[in-house]
Amino acid sequence: MTEYKNLGSKDTRSGFGEALLEVGRQNPNVVALCADLTGSMKMDAFAHEFPARFIQVGIAEANMMGIAAGLTIGGKIPYTGTFANFSTGRVYDQIRQSIAYANKNVKICASHAGLTLGEDGATHQILEDLGLMKMLPNMTVINPCDFNQTKAATLAIANHPGPVYLRFGRPKWPNFTSPEQPFIIGKALMLSEGSDVSIFATGHLVWTALQACKVLEEQGIHAEIIDVHTIKPLDEEAILASVIKTGCVVTAEEHMRNGGLGDSIAQLLALKHPAPMEMVAVNDHFGESGKPEDLLKKFGLDVPDIVAAALKAMART
Amino acid sequence: MLSIDALEKLASQVRRDIVRMVNGVSSGHPGGPLGCADFLVALYFKIMKPDLLKFSIDGVGEDLFFLSNGHLSALWYSVLARYGYFDVKELTTFRKLGSRLQGHPATAEGLPGVRMSSGSLGQGLSVAIGASIAKKMNNDDHLVYCLMGDGELQEGQNWEAAMFAAGKKVDNLIAVVDCNGQQIDGPNERVLPLGDLQAKFLSFGWNVISMYGNDMTEVVETLKKAQWYTGQGQPVMILMTTHMGYGVDFMLDNHEWHGIFPNDEQTKSALEQLEETVGDY
Repeated sequence: MTEYKNLGSKDTRSGFGEALLEVGRQNPNVVALCADLTGSMKMDAFAHEFPARFIQVGIAEANMMGIAAGLTIGGKIPYTGTFANFSTGRVYDQIRQSIAYANKNVKICASHAGLTLGEDGATHQILEDLGLMKMLPNMTVINPCDFNQTKAATLAIANHPGPVYLRFGRPKWPNFTSPEQPFIIGKALMLSEGSDVSIFATGHLVWTALQACKVLEEQGIHAEIIDVHTIKPLDEEAILASVIKTGCVVTAEEHMRNGGLGDSIAQLLALKHPAPMEMVAVNDHFGESGKPEDLLKKFGLDVPDIVAAALKAMART
Repeated sequence: MLSIDALEKLASQVRRDIVRMVNGVSSGHPGGPLGCADFLVALYFKIMKPDLLKFSIDGVGEDLFFLSNGHLSALWYSVLARYGYFDVKELTTFRKLGSRLQGHPATAEGLPGVRMSSGSLGQGLSVAIGASIAKKMNNDDHLVYCLMGDGELQEGQNWEAAMFAAGKKVDNLIAVVDCNGQQIDGPNERVLPLGDLQAKFLSFGWNVISMYGNDMTEVVETLKKAQWYTGQGQPVMILMTTHMGYGVDFMLDNHEWHGIFPNDEQTKSALEQLEETVGDY
């Protein structure tokens, strides 16, 4: 197995903020919009350097999505910033009609996704956003795993025409991918090759999957760990190649089981290569207040849960 | 330059198109389009006069129009075709399988003249604001127009947009509300009273003007006045009083004609009231 070192924990939203400034410097058409969460979204640096290209819309997310769609009519590349809940569920029809159906070049950037938002509780901990966004035709859906990858993804989407949903989070989290990584939309990242079970993870749970890989290795089990940072379009080729090799599957994500990465992979496998599969995800339940690590434990999204799922999937082969 | 008389003749032809299109597919919305025909003819043929060859989705270097109340699609398609964006014969495909003339305006089929999908109400003003800001960023001094329905103002997003446009001085934008007092379930007053729209938009910080939308002279003059009000630090709102179904006696001011089609007999009666001026499609 390949070992990964935490280069120093950082929040993925800060990766977004740093890259937004960088992409602003690279491309004069990039503009940013925020709905009264500039600090939380780490958009201050962009706002400070490009005040004429930063639009503070106030607490009015529906209007923000419409304005972003309108800005593309004029050649702008708008990056909208607010929490994942307010970036998706609150404004679903605005995104559906004015951005996805109209195929506008809007980058919907969403922080504080999932349980690891922590103490604010279920009102803010959206666990349905990947599902909502992936169902929309024309929409690309990306959920990077750490600071460096979020930064790389934020840069990459500027050059990808069409609507994008970019999801990241609030807490400091192990940062382990290369700062120089090329980010290829739609291309899953092989992190550690193995032969006994394929573990496909996305977002924060990629690091958790790597820890599970170590535990499994100690038991003589060689798990393959693949970072599926792009939920849509799904890297079917990489996923099928791995499952054909290992014969069983675990998916891990900080999302509802319905509509998440596991749901996409289950559909792919059912159609093309059925295999025993276990899903590590929240199962039809709202979150609650608590510390991120405690919430991940309580909702079954921790290292032992991935290990148990791998053993169960293998036992079913 | 087209005379008022020529514009009125075009509006009559557009009204014939609307009735024939809706009848032809046994579906669609005739009432609102008939009421707004004078306005949209004036806007395209007298005020914006867009360069057909310059059409692009980005709309750089052009005045832009957004139809927020997308159910007025029959009107917009007729005006676009009569202006020359596409062959008027294509109006026969309205709402039919494989058509570029979708039930509500869409961009996916690549219909020239359309830059945004609309139909789900309340979104157009925000989009128009975004396009207006892009124009300012691009140092493009063209204007952005947006038509909305009065019933549509019941959607909350409009008021987010209204607050933003005034608060951020989006002054290259002219919004028009079609005040025909009707919506699907009945008169606004019975469904949900809109209150004093003039006072509301004034208090939000808009420059508000009123016009009667079924008099071509008044429409042209008011639109010119509205243009003059732009660039002065405030967005411009035209509260346009119209009659739903204008031009067809049995549809006039009757909310039941919001979203039903006239049968063949009714269509015959309607067309007898609307002069064929530049030729049916």
